[in-house]
Amino acid sequence: MSKTFKLDGREIPFETGQTIMDAALAAGVYIPHLCHNPEFAPHGSCRVCVVDIGGRQVSACTAAASEGLEVDNSSEAIGETRRAILQMLFVEGNHVCPACEKSGACQLQAVAYYTGMLAPHFTHFFPRRSVDASHPDVVIDFNRCILCELCVRASRDHDGKRVFAISGRGLESHLVIDSPSGLLGDSSFAATDKAAHVCPTGAILPKGRGYETPIGERLYDREPISIVGDVRAQEEEVL
Amino acid sequence: MNVSATVTVEGFVAESLATHGRDPRHLLQHLIRVQQRFSYVPDAAVEALSAALDVTRTQVRAAIAFYAFLHDRPRGAFEIRFSDNITDRMLGSRRLIRLLIERLGLAGLPAWGRDLVRADGRVSVGLASCTGMCDQGPALLVNGQAVTNLDAQRVDRIADLVQEDTPLERWPGEFFRVENNIRRRGLLLGNPATDGAAVRRLLDAGAEAALAEVERSGLRGRGGAGFTTALKWRFCREAPGTDRYVVCNADEGEPGTFKDRVLLTDYTDLVIEGMTVCAGVIGARRGFLYLRGEYRYLLPHLESVLQRRRAEGLLGTRILGADGFDFDIEIHLGAGAYICGEESALIESLEGKRGVTRKRPPFPVTSGFDDQPTVVNNVETFLAAARVVQWGGYWLRGEGTDQSAGSKILSVSGDCARPGIYEYPFGTPVHQVLADCGAENTQAVQISGAAGATLSPADFDRIIAFEDLPTAGSFMIFDHSRDLLDMVRNFAAFFAHESCGFCTPCRVGGALLRNLVEKVAAGQGSEYDLSEMRRIGTVMRRASYCGLGHTAPNHVLNTLDKFPLIYGRRLARASHTPSFDLDAALSQARALTGRDDIGAHIEDGSEVSA
Ligand SMILES: Cc1cc2nc3c(=O)[nH]c(=O)nc-3n(C[C@H](O)[C@H](O)[C@H](O)COP(=O)(O)O)c2cc1C
Ligand code: SF4
Ligand code: SF4
Ligand code: FES
Repeated sequence: MSKTFKLDGREIPFETGQTIMDAALAAGVYIPHLCHNPEFAPHGSCRVCVVDIGGRQVSACTAAASEGLEVDNSSEAIGETRRAILQMLFVEGNHVCPACEKSGACQLQAVAYYTGMLAPHFTHFFPRRSVDASHPDVVIDFNRCILCELCVRASRDHDGKRVFAISGRGLESHLVIDSPSGLLGDSSFAATDKAAHVCPTGAILPKGRGYETPIGERLYDREPISIVGDVRAQEEEVL
Repeated sequence: MNVSATVTVEGFVAESLATHGRDPRHLLQHLIRVQQRFSYVPDAAVEALSAALDVTRTQVRAAIAFYAFLHDRPRGAFEIRFSDNITDRMLGSRRLIRLLIERLGLAGLPAWGRDLVRADGRVSVGLASCTGMCDQGPALLVNGQAVTNLDAQRVDRIADLVQEDTPLERWPGEFFRVENNIRRRGLLLGNPATDGAAVRRLLDAGAEAALAEVERSGLRGRGGAGFTTALKWRFCREAPGTDRYVVCNADEGEPGTFKDRVLLTDYTDLVIEGMTVCAGVIGARRGFLYLRGEYRYLLPHLESVLQRRRAEGLLGTRILGADGFDFDIEIHLGAGAYICGEESALIESLEGKRGVTRKRPPFPVTSGFDDQPTVVNNVETFLAAARVVQWGGYWLRGEGTDQSAGSKILSVSGDCARPGIYEYPFGTPVHQVLADCGAENTQAVQISGAAGATLSPADFDRIIAFEDLPTAGSFMIFDHSRDLLDMVRNFAAFFAHESCGFCTPCRVGGALLRNLVEKVAAGQGSEYDLSEMRRIGTVMRRASYCGLGHTAPNHVLNTLDKFPLIYGRRLARASHTPSFDLDAALSQARALTGRDDIGAHIEDGSEVSA
C-alpha cells in the first residue's frame, strides 16, 4: 500500500518525490501558501506554508514527504509564525485592500483572514513604488507585489519569455521588467501569457474588467480560501 | 582612475569577452572588470554583455543591483569604502570617515548602500561590510585595494593623494601592507611548507585509502556548519554526474573573521594541495577558488602559486605524471555580498548570477556547480585535509576532543593587547584565549561572528568545540568601556544590508529589527519594543529560508537575555511608545500658523501609556 505521514494527526498518503504540500493538497487538506503553485517548481520564498516537524520548522512546499513524519500544521505556535510573516508582507508593500480591485479575490488577503491576522501590526515601510499602465491589456501595480516570483517563473518556464526578474537585494529587492524602457508595454508580454494569470495578489490585473464581480460576492467573500483554494484554479474553472 | 578616452566601453567589453570567454557564467567576472575600469557599469556594457552572453539585460542589471561593489552609476575615479565592522568603529573609524569627508569637501555621512560621490567624479566615499582587517584596522578599500592601520595622519595623506590625483601605484607602499599577525601556532600553522607530499601520498595510496584517512581523522568543516568532511567527499564521489567540481570557499564574509586571508597569503600551497587531493578523491577535473572581492589584492599572489604548481606538475593535465589525473583551478571574485559565503549562493554567484540561496535539497554534493556533484569546503578545511592525507588521520586526532578533532584557527580582534591569529586545540576554554591575547576587563565576547553567539563572563569557562561553542573563527572582544548596544546596532544594520531578499522573514524581519534597535538606541523605545524584537527575532530564527536569516537575530536575542541593561537604560518609558510621533507630525502646521505655544504641541503620547 502507499506510504503515509501524519498531518495534525490525520494520515496523509503520498508517493515518493511528493512534498508535504503536494500530498496535503491531493488529500484535500489545506496548508496556507502564497508563492506555491502546483504548476511550477516549488520556490519556498514566502514562508507562509511553514509547518513544524519535531520542533523544526520547514516550508511544506519544499519539504519532501516521508514515511512516519508527524507534521504540525495547526498549532498556535505555527499560526503565530504565519501571522507574523503575513504582517511582514503587508507592511513591506502598500496594500490598501478597500481600494484594491482584487479585494475579495486576493490570496494574500484570504490567507491573512484564514490565519486570523487582524491588523498589519508592524510599522509600515510605505515604500515608494510605481504603477505601470503602459501595456494595453494589463496593469502592474508594484505596490502590491510580494515578490513571490510566480510571474517570473511562469514567464520563464511556461511562456518561454523571461519578461520578469527580481533585482536588488534585501528590502530593496523589487520586480523588474525586461524591456528597453523597463515598461511592460515595451516588453513581449501578452495578456494571454501564463504570467498574466498567476499573481496571488492584485499586482498584475487585466485592464477594462474592473469590478465585474461586485465586492461582497467575490471568491473569498463567499467561502474561505481553505475550502475554495487558489484564485488561479478558480479562474481556470470559469474559463 | 586613469579612464583614458582611448578605451571605449564596447572595446573594453569586447576584449574582456575575447580574453575570458563567452560562457554566461562569466557574467559576474566581466562585470567586475568593467566596474574596475570605469568605476561603474555603463549601459553600453550592459547591452554588450547581454547580447554576447545570451542573458537578458534585466538579468545583467539585476546582478549589478545585487552586488554591493557593482554600480549602475559612476562612483569616484578613486572609489573609497571604509570597512564598517564594529571592530573598525571601536578603533575610531567614524571619526576618520568624518575627517576624510571634510578634507575632500563632501557633505553628509555615507551609509550602507548610500555612497557620497563628489560632483567632479574624482572621488567617492562609501562603506563596506567587514573587510577582514580587524586586527589592523580601521581599514578601507580604495579601488578594491585594502589600506590598513588608518589614523588621522594616514587619512590626511590619502586626502592629499586624491586631491593630487596620484595613481594608486604611486601611493606609499606601507599603506597597503597587510600583516599576518600569527600569535599562536598549532597543528596547522606550525609549518607552511609542502612539496606536493599530500598529492604524492594520494597517488601512492589511492583515492579510497586517502578518503579513509580523512574519515579516520574525524575532520569537520571549518567554515561554520561543521559537516564531516569525509562524508561530504564520499557523497560527492558516489553521486551520479558527468563532471565533478571542487570549490574552495574563500568568501570569508563573517564579520571579525580574517584567518582565511592569512592562510591564502602564507599557506597557499597547502590550501591548493587540499583542493587537489579532494579532486583526486572525488574525480574532479575543475576547481574554483571563490575569493571575496575584499581580498582582490591577493589575486596576483594566488595566480602565481597556481602557475608555479602547474610548472611543477602539481596542477594541470597528468598531475605528477599520473594518467587521468587532470585538475586545474580558476579563481572567481566576489563583489561584496556576505550571502555568497553560503555554499549554494556561492555556486549561483560562480555561475554569474545574483547570489540567492538555492533550494536544498538537493545539496551541492549531488547538484552543485552546473548541477553536477560539487564539494564546497572552507579554506582551512582544505588545508587540514592536505595534512591529514599526508600524515594520516591519527595525526589530527592527536589534539582536540572526541567530537572535535584537531585544532581551530581563531581570528582575535577587539579590546585586547595582541589581536591576530591564534590556533588552539579544540577544547580550549574562552578564558585562556582572553588571557593569551591580553584582554582585560572583558565584558563580552562575540564568537563566530555577527551570526554567532554573544558570551558574557559566565560563559568564559566554556570550550571552543563543535559540542559547546562552535565557531567559524571570529572572536571579537568587548571590554567594560564599550556600550554593547553599539555592537547590536552594527550587526542589525549589517544583516539588513546583507539579506539576499529571497524570503520574507529575513528580508522584512531584518529591516524591522534594525529599525527597532535604532528606535531603542535613540531613547524612544519601550518594553513593548523589546518584546517586538523578540517576536521578530524568533520568527526569523524559525522560519527563514537559509542560515543567514536563521542566525541574523542571534545577537539581539542573546543580548536581550544576557545584557538586558544595555536596552533597559535606554527605554523612554516602561510600556508603549508609538513609532508615530504626533508632535513631530504637527510641526508643519505649526510652521504654517506661526505658532509654537504649549497649545500647539501634543504631550509626547504619555496619555497612551498611562
Ligand atoms: C550566510 C552564510 C555565510 C557563510 N559564509 C561562509 C564563508 O564566508 N566561508 C565559509 O567557509 N563558509 C561560509 N558559510 C558556510 C558554508 O555554507 C558551507 O557550510 C561551508 O563553506 C562548507 O565548508 P566546510 O564544511 O569546510 O566548513 C556560510 C554560511 C552561511 C549561511
Ligand atoms: S507581480 Fe504578483 S506574481 Fe509577480 S512577483 Fe509580484 S506578487 Fe508575485
Ligand atoms: S534567510 Fe532568506 S532572505 Fe535571508 S539570506 Fe537566506 S534566503 Fe535570503
Ligand atoms: S508557499 Fe511555501 S514558502 Fe511560499
